[in-house]
Amino acid sequence: MHKFLIRSFVSSLVLLFTLTVTAVAKDVKAAFVYIGPTGDHGWTYQHDVGRKAVEAAGFKTTYVEGVPESADAERVLRQLANSGHDVIFTTSFGYMNPTNKVAKEFPNVKFEHATGYKREHPNVSTYAARFYEGRTILGTIAGTMTKSNVIGYVASFPIPEVIRGINSFTLAAQKVNPNIKTKIVWAFTWYDPGKEAEAAKALIDQGADVIAQHTDSTAIVQMAEKAGVYAFGQASDMDKFAPKAVLTSVENNWGPYYVDRVKAVANGTWNQKDTWHGIGDGMVVISDLDSQMPADLRSKVKKLQADLASGKVHSFTGPIYDQKGNLMVAEGKTADDGMLAGMMTYVKGVEGDIPK
Amino acid sequence: MIKIVKRDQPSKAIFFFTPVLAIFLTLVAGGLIFFILGFKPFEALKFFFIIPIADKYGFSELLLKATPLCLIAIGLSFCFKSNNWNIGAEGQLTFGAIVSGGVALLFYEQEGFYILPIVILAGAIGGMLYASIPAILKTYFNTNEILVSLMLVYVSKLILDYLVVGPWSNPEGFNFPETRQFSDSAKLPLLFEGLRIHAGIFLALAAVVISWFVFYKTYLGFQMKVSGFSLKTAKYAGYKGKKMIILVFLISGACAGLAGVGEITGPIGQLHREISPDYGFTAIIVAFLGRLHPVGIIFASLVVAITYLGAETAQIFMQIPKYTGQVFQGMILFFLLASDYLLFFKIKFIGSKK
Repeated sequence: MHKFLIRSFVSSLVLLFTLTVTAVAKDVKAAFVYIGPTGDHGWTYQHDVGRKAVEAAGFKTTYVEGVPESADAERVLRQLANSGHDVIFTTSFGYMNPTNKVAKEFPNVKFEHATGYKREHPNVSTYAARFYEGRTILGTIAGTMTKSNVIGYVASFPIPEVIRGINSFTLAAQKVNPNIKTKIVWAFTWYDPGKEAEAAKALIDQGADVIAQHTDSTAIVQMAEKAGVYAFGQASDMDKFAPKAVLTSVENNWGPYYVDRVKAVANGTWNQKDTWHGIGDGMVVISDLDSQMPADLRSKVKKLQADLASGKVHSFTGPIYDQKGNLMVAEGKTADDGMLAGMMTYVKGVEGDIPK
Repeated sequence: MIKIVKRDQPSKAIFFFTPVLAIFLTLVAGGLIFFILGFKPFEALKFFFIIPIADKYGFSELLLKATPLCLIAIGLSFCFKSNNWNIGAEGQLTFGAIVSGGVALLFYEQEGFYILPIVILAGAIGGMLYASIPAILKTYFNTNEILVSLMLVYVSKLILDYLVVGPWSNPEGFNFPETRQFSDSAKLPLLFEGLRIHAGIFLALAAVVISWFVFYKTYLGFQMKVSGFSLKTAKYAGYKGKKMIILVFLISGACAGLAGVGEITGPIGQLHREISPDYGFTAIIVAFLGRLHPVGIIFASLVVAITYLGAETAQIFMQIPKYTGQVFQGMILFFLLASDYLLFFKIKFIGSKK
């Protein structure tokens, strides 16, 4: 009996100690909800890198991976909100409605939804990255490196985010090489290595010698490596998966934003925001440039990167025409965020129609 | 010494005992896996199977999760009992959801008591239509229903993709792949304030009662049973095989379609690409774990439902990878099939006496 008493005494002491220690330290807990596995080397992987940055900053974190966008998302969110998490990052578009629904019931918990547009309650913020800035860089490289003047592009879903990427990529490529054509294959998935590889194969068969992608797996760069064409990594640095094919990658760098927001919760300065950060704020990062690229191209890209960061260059600077030749952005003007957010037409030089 | 002897007749007691044995073995093997992964087995199992349903909300979530599984498994049991291998319940669920979702969208921003029954009926009809494809192909063209029904799953998902990306996508939704939210009149009523459990559970319970009645009290049930044992006998007895095949597929499709309705008019409230985390496939495990018996299926759907919830809880509180939930579902089926060996064979321990 006394053994039991001693044991419970010791364990309560330990408990008390840990409680006081955590109370003294930052006791804000952050949770992350992922659509895929943390090992996808794409979208979810990068969010998890961001989560680790939050841990490194001294905060406790929890994550749940592979949460379907079905009825299950709401339960996971509620469970996280109910179990002492102060801020919850929901990192896929499909969590938009569940996030707002649960946020209503937990006004003291902060919610951060990636890539959505609904902020129905004061405790919901949204954030996204200006990936199209990275695609301006990729377009510049692709336009210079292509020999066949056919550039392949594996797209996921016909939403403004993806259309914007295709346009920004094509505009940049046209600037350095007016003869290029961008061919699109819609994979209708964010992550499906099989489908993505097939799409890349189809584009290579049609003569594309540079492949860009707006899907998350490494299948496309691996297919490009096999076929001996160039490709770009998506979301994370994919160089190690296809060292010859990958010229550079556009990395999603969520860490600084996550640390910033969790700190804001800890300091009580968190407020509702709609964040859209690009290269300048470090949310979009360009990986090392491959040595296969000529030196002058590399220095040109470095300069473009700096100009995009400083705002000297904008990805959508007029004159920009749509496929039918109608003026979208006048000469000397740049597209405003409203136009970018709702962009649903291709610019001139993109082949095919947007699936309806 | 151990000797394995064939049983003269499959044992009735063992028949209902093996599912329990399978669950027990799954727990043991699961505990072992947790141990190898470096977690405390008992604590992990507690977070997996007890914590998720320890409060009112958790319990209601269990019922919410079990509802579609039970409904689909009941439908499947009609097929499986009569030797019809409908593997495509997921497709029938999806197509049922498409049809009922389409009808719900027609009534966008309209109110009326008549809307919900029409929406529900549309879902059942959608599921039936979709299940009739493998049924008709099987009866009139001798195709293999396993392949046809399975392949149609992918077709249905592509149709859903097309609709939510294109013609049915929310006009105010920046072209994101989802429809508008259904009006309240097109949604299943919630049973309790603050919980997500909805009236769809009554559909599942009704399916349980009706299936029990059909299986054990009707001529159709008897026909199914005979066909299940031996198709030749059924033919010899003069049963109209074709009619029965189509009928069981229609029932199965209707149940899967209703499960789809329950998801989109219940917790989801709209159509988008991910309406079901593969309920149609998981329900196959449920049907067999429940021994194709209506009451057994109720228990089986609860057991399998908890593997979904438990996986989330275990990851939140213990950082156990969430995919262990699927490992558990796989193990249950594996051990069930393995222990079915005991149905037909018994193990005799022979003493080393001379």
